[in-house]
Amino acid sequence: MSTDLPTRFRDGKVPALARAISITEDQRDGFEELLHELLRAGPQAKRVGLTGPPGAGKSSLLALVANAYRALDERVGIVAVDPTSPYSGGALLGDRIRMNDLATDPGIFIRSMASRGSLGGLATTTKEVLDVMDAFGFERILVETVGVGQTELEITAAADTVVVVLVPESGDAVQAMKAGLMEIADIFVVNKADRPGAGRLAKEIRQALHLRAGEALHDVPAHHGVDLQNVPLELRPESSGDSERWEIPVLETNALDGAGIPDLVAAIGDHRAWLEGSGELAARRRHRTRGRVQDVVQREMRRVAWASDEVRRSLDEGVRGIERGEGTPYSVARDLLALLLR
Amino acid sequence: MTDPQRRIRVLVAKPGLDGHDRGAKVIASSFRDAGFEVIYTGLHQTPEMIVSAAVQEDVDVVAMSVLSGAHMTLFPRVRVLLDEAGADHVLVTGGGIIPESDMEALEALGIGRLFGPGTRTTDAIAYVKDWIAHQRTQ
Ligand SMILES: Nc1nc2c(ncn2[C@@H]2O[C@H](COP(=O)(O)OP(=O)(O)O)[C@@H](O)[C@H]2O)c(=O)[nH]1
Ligand SMILES: [Mg+2]
Repeated sequence: MSTDLPTRFRDGKVPALARAISITEDQRDGFEELLHELLRAGPQAKRVGLTGPPGAGKSSLLALVANAYRALDERVGIVAVDPTSPYSGGALLGDRIRMNDLATDPGIFIRSMASRGSLGGLATTTKEVLDVMDAFGFERILVETVGVGQTELEITAAADTVVVVLVPESGDAVQAMKAGLMEIADIFVVNKADRPGAGRLAKEIRQALHLRAGEALHDVPAHHGVDLQNVPLELRPESSGDSERWEIPVLETNALDGAGIPDLVAAIGDHRAWLEGSGELAARRRHRTRGRVQDVVQREMRRVAWASDEVRRSLDEGVRGIERGEGTPYSVARDLLALLLR
Repeated sequence: MTDPQRRIRVLVAKPGLDGHDRGAKVIASSFRDAGFEVIYTGLHQTPEMIVSAAVQEDVDVVAMSVLSGAHMTLFPRVRVLLDEAGADHVLVTGGGIIPESDMEALEALGIGRLFGPGTRTTDAIAYVKDWIAHQRTQ
């Protein structure tokens, strides 16, 4: 590692950014000091996450969206996360295949990441890698993660705006609801609109969203029996909070011919304006910062816990004790904690 | 010092106009199965695209599959562009239909070992692992 890495990073040298990401991703010695040095300015970039099942067209969409931001002269950083093979620990990262049009644009930086044993769609260090890219000065950061079921939830901790990408093949809206996608999506995209069933899926999602928002109450013939505690704020009498809520759009796109991309870019812009106007951006960033501190503390505690020979020796002895019937995992753990907190 | 967290990152690239990426895909999946993180960028890559990707991805190795006969220009071009980009630490290796004498000539230009048709993927994997181990102990 070169000693003047932070200097070269601040001078805008792309290899320095690439190396800073590697150091972070590998959690190499000294990476937290490096992050401390690089991240002084705090988050500036507009961060957009795309998540959805493999093959939904996330990378293809991302390339088109990135192009749209380039046309607006924004510098764009892209992180694409793909799963690590649980068998070999290796990974085949193919997202760049869809981004070849962007390959030599100096205003674009693309980084492929393997999930490396993390259960969520994000690698454990993805959030920190996004921070590093933010510090480098990209106005826009786009992050793609594979989402299957619950694993998408992680992306809310990394992005300001979450775009959930589905395709007619991914099933119906009920499945999307079960997978918890309704909770994380700021924008829904039904991609592959050229295929049959896209319109129907979009309609189902809209209905499911309306149901969730309680708008079905409009159809309730009389008001009696409705407990106002359970009625969303904006439907309560005299509520003026309507403008405060974000109305989740459901868009149809075709990444092969670009149809619907301008609408998607517009929706991301609308969501940004809402984030800033409602105070939600500050709230999300605060939540994220809090999580980052907790992550670092937990990581360090885990490291410290097993770093001393004394603790490791006590663990070995404790395990042998358990085998002799002289204790349980709980009594041994209690002794170890006493040792650590001494 | 070998850090267990530190994976071997390899860019598998398919330059040139021919549309045969079977070899590239086979080596890409064997590398993955060997525990490498493999970035595959698809067909028709120019040397500029390859080098730009190699720098952004901070790879240890660029492995190119060249079947078009243009190996004498493509390999040195990528080497030169990498060096210019400050990525002289990156190994350039690869495979294809390359005569023995050309392999030697390319080696003299700073290209690593090249693998002809019928090479076992395990040989390429072992070569990359040895090279990395040597690099990282320095
Ligand atoms: N028919 C159709 N195919 C698409 C569309 N978008 C992407 N694809 C194709 O779907 C496949 C997977 O796309 P990719 O962007 O790699 O998906 P990802 O895994 O979600 O990143 C590729 O073969 C794309 O060409 C679309 O709108 N319509
Ligand atoms: Mg993808």
